[in-house]
Formats: sequence, structure tokens, C-alpha cells
Amino acid sequence: MAKVIVVTSGKGGVGKTTSSANFSSGLAMRGNKTVVIDFDVGLRNLDLIMGCERRVVFDIVNVINGDAALSRALIKDKNCDNLYVLPASQTRDKDALTLEGVGKIIDELKLTFDCIVCDSPAGIEHGAFAAMYYADEALVVTNPEVSSVRDSDRILGILAAKSKRAEDGKDPIKEHLLVTRYNPTRVAAGEMLSVDDIQEILRVPLLGVIPESEAVLQSSNSGTPAIHLAGTDVSEAYKDVVARFMGEDKPMRFVTSEKVGLLKRIFGGR
Amino acid sequence: MGLIDGLVDYLRGTEKKTAADAKHRLQLILAHDRGQRGAATPDYLPALKAELIEVIKKYVHLDPSQITVQLGKHGEYDVLELNVTLPEPGGK
Repeated sequence: MAKVIVVTSGKGGVGKTTSSANFSSGLAMRGNKTVVIDFDVGLRNLDLIMGCERRVVFDIVNVINGDAALSRALIKDKNCDNLYVLPASQTRDKDALTLEGVGKIIDELKLTFDCIVCDSPAGIEHGAFAAMYYADEALVVTNPEVSSVRDSDRILGILAAKSKRAEDGKDPIKEHLLVTRYNPTRVAAGEMLSVDDIQEILRVPLLGVIPESEAVLQSSNSGTPAIHLAGTDVSEAYKDVVARFMGEDKPMRFVTSEKVGLLKRIFGGR
Repeated sequence: MGLIDGLVDYLRGTEKKTAADAKHRLQLILAHDRGQRGAATPDYLPALKAELIEVIKKYVHLDPSQITVQLGKHGEYDVLELNVTLPEPGGK
């Protein structure tokens, strides 16, 4: 049975696209036939993060409008055999993303894919709504920062009330908390909300913690999701996230800081 | 942070623990946000308010603006609050 998973957050810039790219890559690496869909019409970026921007010919709006068959719009990922990307349109007409059109695409994808990952745009407008409407599960991406936590809470309210599952009276969307850009050293210093604080406030089961890392910028520079940068903390953290999502019991990593010495504290090192 | 400031802060232990503020502020604002959602304004509220005003006007002569009807929360309970400012006896 195919699963539809939305990656959402409310607030922009918290790591939705990065997380969508890495999560879908991780699912594919573990043998799930996976497609990742960019719902950010007008501000397409998943293609850049996945490194397939020069191979985009057709996009999701072309498919909805009947200008192209779905199979022709899907781009095969360069790193994973089981992974395909469905890009967003760069046209500004956001209304082109009709719920009916999206529903048809998802139904068709369900015939051949195990996992359908929907990369939501920021905000709570039409695109974000279209991305979450058909979801079975949700990764709520949150930074340890007040505005991000508040927006996540807002999105959780919308997931619970306005999804197709809610409308049909089915079991609610299964929610997962993904804390990104986490800096354990600053948490230890009392300068950053801890993952326990965030969980206590949002009351959603924690799927994983992604540490703040230079590897994320490196990977977006080169168009290779960080999960492929073997040995980096981000790669390990996303692999853990995927393992937990698939039901494995993995202890949380990257949540405690290394001891910061006296000299480093005085000189303000990181 | 300059070297001297860093050293002074370290020795005094006066680094600001702002994370606790963040948590406290979030807990307050989210309690408020969540209250606004959900059963915030049921669609029967405007009609209920209009009918209540009609009933009160039957018995007391007053300006409808002196009547407020609000739905709020008191701990676990939803509270319907009706506030009527009665005119002064023998007033105009």
C-alpha cells in the first residue's frame, strides 16, 4: 500500500526541501520505490537540491493541464535507482494546482510507487494545502526557534482539521516531528530551545534531529543531497530518520554537545 | 562577543539563558493560539447573540451595545459569557 508523506512546516527556510530531498533519497536507498513532488509552484527549488535542474522538461502543472503524460514529467534521480522527481512549475499561476488534478496524479503514482513524498511550500496558502491534503503521514520540520515552533503548531492544527483524511472521517494524518538546524552546544549553554522543550510544546512524536552542519550548504552547492556525503553527521542523522520511519528502533544521536573547554568558551569558538 | 566580555561573562557565569524565556513565551502564546482555533466562534454564535439581545430588550430598555456575548475558556471548560450593563434606575 503506497504511502503519501507531506514534508511541511509553515515557516520558510527551516529545511523542508533539504529534508524532502534527503528523506526521499533515504527511502529509495532502502529499496522503496519513491517519488518526491515539488509543490512550490513559482519558486521551484527541489530540482536544484536534487541536482536535476537541467533535465526538467515538463512539470506538475503540465501534467494537471494534460499537456504531458505523468511518465514524461518524472525525472529519474542521478544517485538512486528507485527515486524520481516531479518538479513544480515556474509559472506564477498557483491556482493551476487544483486539488482534483493533484488527486489524479497521486492516484496514478500510487499504482507504481511505494512512497510519495510531497515537498510543501512555506505558508498556509493554496500550495501548502494541496501538498498536505492527500497525506497519510506528515514530517513537521521545525527549527529550535520561537517563530518556527509557533508556525509548526499552526500547521499541526491544519493537518488535523483540513486534510482529506479529516474530511472523510478516517484515522488522522500520522504526525512526526523533525527538528533541524539543531546546535547541541547552544542548547547546553541555555541559548537554544532543546528538543525536549519543542516536543513538550508541540506534543508530536520525535522522528529525528538534524544537527546544524556545514555539509548542508556543501550539498546544495553541488546538487547532491547530504545523505550521500558519507561520514557527515547530517548524512547519518537522515539515515536514522529513515530507519525510524521504517519502524527501526534507533536511539537519538547528535543531541548532546561535546564538552566545550575553558579556552574555547572565552575565545567564543563554535 | 569580545574577548574581554567573553572572559568576564565566563568568570561571572552571567551568560543569558534565553532558551527558558523562549519556552515560556511559546507556552503562553500557543495556549492563546490554540484557544482561538477549534471551537473559537461556532457559527451559531451571531444568531444566539442577536436572539439574546432581543429577549433582554423585551424586559429592559437599553442600547444593544451595552450587551456583550462572548465564548471563552476557563480552564477545561468552555464558558459563554453574557455581560449586560443595566441602565441606572430612573435614568434617562
